[in-house]
Amino acid sequence: MLQFILKRLGLAILVALTVSFISFSLLFLAGDPAAALAGETASGEDIEAIRVLYGFDRPMLVQYGEWLWSAVRGNFGESYYFKLPVSSLIAERLSVTMMLGVCGITFALLMAVPLGVLAAMRPNSIIDRIALFLSVAGQALPSFWFGLILIVVFAIQLRWLPVSGAATWAHFVMPTIVLGYYAMPAIMRLTRAGMLEVLSSDYIRTARAKGASELRVMFRHALRNAIIPVVSLAAVQMGFMLGGSIVVESIFALHGAGYLAWESIARNDLPTVQALILIFSMFYIVFNFLADVLNAWLDPRMRSS
Amino acid sequence: MTDTFLDVKGLTIDIPVGGGTLHAVRGIDFELKRGEVLCIVGESGSGKSLTSLALMGLLGRRIKVRAERMDFDGTALLDASPRQMRSLRGARMSMIFQEPMTSLNPAYTIGDQLMEAMLLHRDVSRAEARARAVDLLEKVGITAAASRLGQYPHQLSGGLRQRVMIAMALMCGPELIIADEPTTALDVTIQAQILRLLVDLVREMGMAMILITHDLGVVARVADKVAVMYAGELVETGLAADVFRAPMHPYTRGLLRCIPQPGKSRRGEPLGTIRGIVPSLVGEVSGCVFRTRCDEAVAACRGTIPQHWPGDGHAFRCVHASGARIAEQEGA
Repeated sequence: MLQFILKRLGLAILVALTVSFISFSLLFLAGDPAAALAGETASGEDIEAIRVLYGFDRPMLVQYGEWLWSAVRGNFGESYYFKLPVSSLIAERLSVTMMLGVCGITFALLMAVPLGVLAAMRPNSIIDRIALFLSVAGQALPSFWFGLILIVVFAIQLRWLPVSGAATWAHFVMPTIVLGYYAMPAIMRLTRAGMLEVLSSDYIRTARAKGASELRVMFRHALRNAIIPVVSLAAVQMGFMLGGSIVVESIFALHGAGYLAWESIARNDLPTVQALILIFSMFYIVFNFLADVLNAWLDPRMRSS
Repeated sequence: MTDTFLDVKGLTIDIPVGGGTLHAVRGIDFELKRGEVLCIVGESGSGKSLTSLALMGLLGRRIKVRAERMDFDGTALLDASPRQMRSLRGARMSMIFQEPMTSLNPAYTIGDQLMEAMLLHRDVSRAEARARAVDLLEKVGITAAASRLGQYPHQLSGGLRQRVMIAMALMCGPELIIADEPTTALDVTIQAQILRLLVDLVREMGMAMILITHDLGVVARVADKVAVMYAGELVETGLAADVFRAPMHPYTRGLLRCIPQPGKSRRGEPLGTIRGIVPSLVGEVSGCVFRTRCDEAVAACRGTIPQHWPGDGHAFRCVHASGARIAEQEGA
């Protein structure tokens, strides 16, 4: 197991380095950064001065090394737009996004896994139909529309929940539902399909032949095997939620990292974009690594391969 | 020790299929005394496995099981609640399946899976269950038993896994073992070994066993009683000695002609075969189901087939009352 973890960790670090290099080179893909910084009216001398000031005149690999070294220590430079350190800018926004992401994926899993299991226990039953309906609806409803409907019903008419902001836990209820509901269908369908496959396998019959109760067969024997692909999917969706919750964040005016990314791209604020890309990618890498470890714990066959 | 504790009469299994009903098993009777070995013989699709799964109560709810009587030591299995059935399964009756490669849960250790049935049914500590597991693994001939408990199924060969399955079935000391072609999926070289082991253990522990097989060589070696199944019916039952000495039903005799017999078969003589294939059992089934493949079929085979008892406990269903040998002469 330890060997497996070390191997995966090594791979994760390699991927992280590759991604960091790509996100660093974005600066140069977007044209001459010094010219962009100096603005349209700047003279050639000004541009040269800025080039030297920001160190753009040095070899790219040296710049990359320097950038990476400060990034590792949490220093991502200064935002062109806010004139603030990127790290503090992101740290402030990231807590909102993290909170939303964790709540969203938890909500999605709590909805999807039990529904998937129930649907698989009784295929084509009324429960299965309801689960199918919910998942088709989840896939079909655009997040912005669903979010607005929730606001109209629960915030404006019933006045149960606040419309927007991030001050209390109540502010997170609707965003969590919208974000989680979007991730739910895929997880549910995968759980259902996995359970159906596992339930028809020989070892489930063995478990029943031992006199195990239906509950024990479902959760101890079947779900543990069926959940393995779901773990990988949930990791990807978690990464997506942290980076891609822009729509949900803007509807509910949650100033999170997704919203910041959108703003920074619009403003050509390269250091911020760079840092966000790096951080979002790191999340993906970390979640995938954790999913691999969790899967290896669930499935002994993965450990030995 | 000689009382009948498994009594099955008129067992019928219907499977709904698209546009009809598959009459997979039609009114079979058999009984078993404590310590006896009954072999159910027949080709694929004859309903052997369905019969054993019906006894264990492991058929899905879509499959309809009926019987005049299906009693296990006084318990009517068909009337038992799911809870009652669970308390029997794994404790008093256990099953060994055909496929050792897929019959163990890949996510749990051998030890966990061995101990599970005992922890479910008996009031024992984990340490006691563990001791029993080690004990049984040694009994089924697995070396370094204690260290195997921490291994996972994928780390064991097919033969070892089937030994584990056998040990698992024995954990609670059941009165009845149902073994559904336990050696079919194994290498020929270890088939005999595993079978011998199973039979020795069953005899040693005084358990009754239903062994499902299509290998008549196996039957001859281990069976007290034989039940020959064909297309969902028991065509002939009896003590193994009687059935092998004087097979009455044309199908039984056909099967016996398919295996070489030392001393009887001549060198170079082709082995017997049974022509044709098993008929479809979807829809109404009447008369003798074997008539389409039987060399001794007559017009009466389409009607009701009588049962005959040529000896104590020996029974067969055929229109040729005094055995097919006479019919052979008539037909010639």
